[in-house]
Amino acid sequence: MKIGAPKETYEGEARVALTPDSATQISKLGHTCLVESGAGERAGFTDDAYRQAGVEVVDGTEELWSRADVIVKVRPPTEDEAGRLGPDKTLISFFYPGQNEEMLNRVRDTGASVVAMDMVPRISRAQKMDALSSMANIAGYRAVIEAGNNFGRFFTGQVTAAGKVPPAKVLVIGAGVAGLSAIGTSVSLGAVVRAFDVRPEVAEQIESMGAEFLMLEFDEDQSGEGGYAKPASPEFIEKEMALFRQQAPEVDIVITTALIPGRPAPKLWPEEMVRLMKRGSVVVDLAAEQGGNCDLTVPGEKIVTDNGVTVVGYTDFPSRMATQSSTLYATNIRHMLTDLTPGKDGQIAHNMDDDVIRGATVAHGGEITFPPPKPKVQAIARAAPRAKPKELTPQERRAAELDTFRKATRFQVGILVAGALLMLIVGAFAPASFMSHFIVFVLACFVGFQVIWNVSHALHTPLMAVTNAISGIIIIGALLQIGSTSFLVILLASVSILIASINIVGGFLVTRRMLAMFEKS
Amino acid sequence: MISDGLVSAAYIAASVLFILSLGGLSNQESAKRAIWYGIVGMAIAVLATVMAPGVSNLLLVVLLVAVGGYAGQYVAKRVEMTEMPQLVAALHSFVGLAAVFIGLNADIELSNVRELLMQPGPVGELTGFSRTLALKDPVEVAILKVEVFLGIFIGAVTFTGSVVAFGKLAGRISAKPEKLPGGHALNAGAVALCLILGILYFNGAGIWTMLLVALIAGFLGWHLIMGIGGADMPVVVSMLNSYSGWAAAAIGFTLGNDLLIVTGALVGSSGAILSYIMCKAMNRSFVSVILGGFGATQSAAGEIEGEMIAIDAAGVAQALDDADSVVIVPGYGMAVAQAQQSVSELTKRLRAKGKTVRFAIHPVAGRLPGHMNVLLAEAKVPYDIVLEMDEINEDFPSTDVAIVIGSNDIVNPAAQEDPSSPIAGMPVLEVWRARQVFVSKRGQGTGYSGIENPLFYKDNTRMLYGDAKASVDALLGHLS
Repeated sequence: MKIGAPKETYEGEARVALTPDSATQISKLGHTCLVESGAGERAGFTDDAYRQAGVEVVDGTEELWSRADVIVKVRPPTEDEAGRLGPDKTLISFFYPGQNEEMLNRVRDTGASVVAMDMVPRISRAQKMDALSSMANIAGYRAVIEAGNNFGRFFTGQVTAAGKVPPAKVLVIGAGVAGLSAIGTSVSLGAVVRAFDVRPEVAEQIESMGAEFLMLEFDEDQSGEGGYAKPASPEFIEKEMALFRQQAPEVDIVITTALIPGRPAPKLWPEEMVRLMKRGSVVVDLAAEQGGNCDLTVPGEKIVTDNGVTVVGYTDFPSRMATQSSTLYATNIRHMLTDLTPGKDGQIAHNMDDDVIRGATVAHGGEITFPPPKPKVQAIARAAPRAKPKELTPQERRAAELDTFRKATRFQVGILVAGALLMLIVGAFAPASFMSHFIVFVLACFVGFQVIWNVSHALHTPLMAVTNAISGIIIIGALLQIGSTSFLVILLASVSILIASINIVGGFLVTRRMLAMFEKS
Repeated sequence: MISDGLVSAAYIAASVLFILSLGGLSNQESAKRAIWYGIVGMAIAVLATVMAPGVSNLLLVVLLVAVGGYAGQYVAKRVEMTEMPQLVAALHSFVGLAAVFIGLNADIELSNVRELLMQPGPVGELTGFSRTLALKDPVEVAILKVEVFLGIFIGAVTFTGSVVAFGKLAGRISAKPEKLPGGHALNAGAVALCLILGILYFNGAGIWTMLLVALIAGFLGWHLIMGIGGADMPVVVSMLNSYSGWAAAAIGFTLGNDLLIVTGALVGSSGAILSYIMCKAMNRSFVSVILGGFGATQSAAGEIEGEMIAIDAAGVAQALDDADSVVIVPGYGMAVAQAQQSVSELTKRLRAKGKTVRFAIHPVAGRLPGHMNVLLAEAKVPYDIVLEMDEINEDFPSTDVAIVIGSNDIVNPAAQEDPSSPIAGMPVLEVWRARQVFVSKRGQGTGYSGIENPLFYKDNTRMLYGDAKASVDALLGHLS
């Protein structure tokens, strides 16, 4: 089939859904690729580069749309573009069907199949085509870069001949993909990073990226479906605001990334917080497109408040890094095509039983297939509520210590008493000659227990080999018996001597061989 | 000829040397010296016994020791380090068999001496062991019989048990747990039968009772170990080690020889402690290991949703290139594939690039306690980067890449997360806390225990399918 990538028509959009690299991979699936002339220009891919990758460069939007069977693009279709769809065509792009009902009805009427890249379910198997994540990753990175661009100081703390520079303090709100990416970028620039999220189970991820997790003491579980957060209760928001009020005067840079699917972005950084911030601080609002997490955000623009705080509300962070985002997006598209072409024979098989394809398809065969049934797999396993070890008072601790000490004493004394009783019983009946041997036996066991506990774990195999060799001492028994007059005894003793000497020599030699191998670096 | 006093002195020296030789195993350097204590101790003990009054047929002894010694050194030189578990098991069987023979001999001698005593004549003409026997009073003879019974019983269990363990470890018998119909009842019956025969023997029945005890105990050993799965072999081998010690100690009582008693007790307690450590490492009680097969009655607990994501050697090499700290977790699969040399080469190259490479060893990794340490040592991996579970578990969160080579249950997060899992509560290596985990594995199947491993489905886990050695070699190709 023919896969075609048109030039994006949305104003300021620099990304492209097909790169020369992804085209090479797609052609291995048996497809041929088309690209509209100049489509990759702003993302750094020239028409020539496409031609070298075997892509046919087509002049004119109209021609591309009519020739391609599958249209891959970035932005949701416009009215014009929807008009070019037909029953035999498939469109793969971002779509936002929840906020875009009108367009959804429009494409249904054309009969085309529409795969929304923003609807790919968030399960492990679909990660490779999760375009939201790859775009969010870029947005998080770029947010830090934009913040740095508008922030008048270093990120990292330095002590220079010209004076001491404190490290920048960054607060990241919302630890989704974008948030984690922002954390990672800020940490690697040397900033002191704190992060907040309503879902306690992401604490570990935040800490693994090198940031401090701001803990909110609250019982309510805020995890929604598919790895996103759900709206919070008023009491929760109250506590949250108190925490932010504390942080606002301290931090230099705030990056907000909080989104709840299908709703306007929650207002987490109200004007009050911005007022509390120091002059020269920066707020980067990654949720600007959904209305913004900050009250003062103007979508698509950067403003400076009266108290000198810069609020960045750009909505095109990924597009500002068009080469990188096109590369990742094109790879996501390529993976989607791989799943749609199970036979690798250039034939699209739109398998609606497949969890991922079903989830992402919003219109198919003249019908709307949105919303999809709930995904069967949970995105992030719920963290079991961690039982906090109770803080013990010094008295309690002492009592506990005393208790364990007493228990240990009781146990040892018990064992000793039982052992002594056993000895007494044996001693009462056994003759003296036996008792003398028995004393030796008990002492040897005791010595053995004391000695073996100190053996290093790494040397357990040599230990077995050497005890094996030593247990060949049984040869002495046979040696004592071989002087017998009975032929049978001599025979059995001989066999015993033979195999016991195999044991002794074999055991010792193999132990020596093993021990010689242990070397220090 | 030397006097009895000198023999005793030599025995004391030998006992002390044996204790020193075991104690020296507390670290790698002192162990190299300690082994000589053991060898010298053994030489002193054997020489003193041979030169003691009452030992004859010296020529025969020298010949037998020479032949046995030659066979021993041949085996010790030829054995591959991956075959250590089999070798140890095989050697245990020898001790068991010798114990049975010596026990039987003691009984034969006893009846011979008794006959002699019936006839008039001075006891003084008897020498060596016969003399000791002749001087015993009736109570002592009764105790001797108990000792003979114990020696033969433990010896026979050790012998057949070790033979089966050898067969399982060498892959000549299926490693799956197998039981005859009747199971534990059969074992209990065998023990009861042995006890009855023992009582008959104390009351004067002939040597046939002891022969029967040897046979029945032999069956018991065979059946017990047949019922234990391959993954529990570390416990089994340590247990047999312990038994061989107790058998030697029982024979020591029979012969009235303190050196045998001391040495047997040392070996016995050593094996018992090893078994205890192994059981603790699997969070199972000794009894449950001995009586139950691991994967035998498996519930379908812990179905896991998700997908195992494969990766090729180039991908792993890439990740290793970017990593600063790497932890390698070897398991039985590394031993089977003989991959230790390749793993060592991998370690060398990574270390040459300035990366921190360490090894994490679970106490029950492999089929013998400490097996992995020996294999890595053979491949010249320095022992100071080979760490125990407790030493390294805390470091996983700060580790960039964890590579799991041929191990399964010992890195199974279900042990901590799924209370219904058969291995719930077993201490495991927490590899999944590393930033990335690569698992080298032959195929998608479950491991020895048949338990699903959620690790393979985790988001930060990638599967590198194929033989461990081939995989690591392919990895080396990408790392040069």
